[in-house]
Amino acid sequence: MKKYTFTEKKDTRSGFGAGMHELGQQNPNVVALCADLVGSLKLEPFIKENPDRFIQCGISEANMIGLSAGLTIGGKIPFATTFANFATGRVYDQIRQSVAYSNKNVKICASHAGLTLGEDGATHQILEDLGMMKMLPGMTVINPCDYNQTKAATIAIADYEGPVYLRFGRPVIPVFTDADQKFEIGKAWMVNEGTDVSIFATGHMVWEAIQAGEMLEAEGINAEIINIHTIKPLDEEAILKSVEKTGCVVSAEEHNRIGGLGDSIAQVLVKHKLAPQEYVAVDDSFGESGTPAQLLEKYGLTAKHIVEAAKRAIARK
Amino acid sequence: MEIEQLEKVASQVRRDIVRMVHGCQSGHPGGSLGCTELFVALYFERLKLKEEGGKPVFDMNGTDEDLFFLSNGHISPVWYSTLARRGYFPVEELATFRKLDSRLQGHPTTHEHLEGIRIASGSLGQGLSVALGAATAKKLNNDKGIVYVLMGDGEQQEGQVWEAVTFAPHHEVDNLIAFIDLNGQQIDGPTVKVMNNRDLGKKYEAFGWEVISIEEGNDMAAVLKGLYEAKSRLGHGRPILVLLHTGMGYGVDFMMGSHKWHGVAPNDEQLAAALGQLEESLGDY
Repeated sequence: MKKYTFTEKKDTRSGFGAGMHELGQQNPNVVALCADLVGSLKLEPFIKENPDRFIQCGISEANMIGLSAGLTIGGKIPFATTFANFATGRVYDQIRQSVAYSNKNVKICASHAGLTLGEDGATHQILEDLGMMKMLPGMTVINPCDYNQTKAATIAIADYEGPVYLRFGRPVIPVFTDADQKFEIGKAWMVNEGTDVSIFATGHMVWEAIQAGEMLEAEGINAEIINIHTIKPLDEEAILKSVEKTGCVVSAEEHNRIGGLGDSIAQVLVKHKLAPQEYVAVDDSFGESGTPAQLLEKYGLTAKHIVEAAKRAIARK
Repeated sequence: MEIEQLEKVASQVRRDIVRMVHGCQSGHPGGSLGCTELFVALYFERLKLKEEGGKPVFDMNGTDEDLFFLSNGHISPVWYSTLARRGYFPVEELATFRKLDSRLQGHPTTHEHLEGIRIASGSLGQGLSVALGAATAKKLNNDKGIVYVLMGDGEQQEGQVWEAVTFAPHHEVDNLIAFIDLNGQQIDGPTVKVMNNRDLGKKYEAFGWEVISIEEGNDMAAVLKGLYEAKSRLGHGRPILVLLHTGMGYGVDFMMGSHKWHGVAPNDEQLAAALGQLEESLGDY
């Protein structure tokens, strides 16, 4: 089993900011928009070097989505940024009509997704965004796992023509993927090969899954861990190939169990290869205030919970 | 084009509107008829459009062109007819309006690649934001084209409109002309009764817009003059609003001035009565 180590912890939103900084230098068509959260989205380096290509929208997210759609008419590549809650649920109809149905090349980049936003509580902790976004025809949905992968994903989506939802978060977490990685949209990333259970994780849960893999190994269980950074289009081939080998599945996501990655995987299994599946996800509830670590523990989203789910899945084989 | 010719085009567009709506027994004739002079004046006289051999050539990005956006997408019949009569697509296609497999969807969409349409609209309140984005792209591209957008007066009840109204003067979007179709009607009745948008002009002025009025929005000469004046005020740091006073259902006597014809199709008898009032100047599709 491959061992993953890290020397530093960083937030994925800073990976986004670093990616934008690089895009600002590389691609003259990239335009950044923000709804009064420039510091939270780590956009300062982009704005400093490209003041003319930054559009401050104020606290007006609906207008920001419409502006972004309009900017594509004229060849711009708008990156519309705010917290995940305000980037999705608040503006669902604007995204649906002006971006997705109109097939506009808008990148909706959403920070502070999930429970790990922490102390602000449930009003800001969206756990339904992956579901809402993946239901939109033509929308690509990406949830990278660490700083380096978020930076790489940010750069990659600028070269992809079409609407994208890019989700990242607030807490600092281990940086364990390569700094110079190439991000392939829609291509699952094999973290560790195994034979007893397939653990499909996305976003912050990938590091938890890696730790779970080590805990399982200590108990003689050989887990395969795959990072599903692209929720849509889903790498069905990678999922099926893994399940053919292991015969059971754990899905792990910082999202409601309804409508997220787990449900996308379940659809694949139902259609092509029946296998027991256990969900590590928030059990159809809102979040609450607390530290990220406390919340992950209370809502069942830690390595320990993945280990338990893996054992349940194996027992059902 | 001479005013007389433009009026002939408008008459044919009105025939198209009632025939399209009759043909599928659904759609929105009232607002379409009321805005006919504006559409004809824009597309046949005022908009700078990309052309080859006298015919417009559609390009999504609209580089170096003037752009038009329809925010109140339900008045699609007047837009479709105008685009077809201007040469964007064959007029015969108007017969497919709102029917299965048509590019002429009930509300405009880019989904079917219909020439002339750059964004889907229908869910209200979004068009001004989109137009501001397109106008901003033109500025970034150093493109001198002008962006026009039409909204409904009932639509002013949507909150997003006011986000956009706040944005435009702050960012000095002065290559944009917005219209509000002031016909005073919405689905549930007169706008003053449903939700009174009192003093729209004063509101926009208070937000930092420059506001002008076209009092006779169904008089071709008045519309042309108003468009000329609006354009002359561009480029001074402020967006322009044109309050376009129209009569819902204008041109067909029994449809005029009533919200009842907002979204109702005429029957055979009513169609005949309507067509009797409208000259077939360019030949029906």
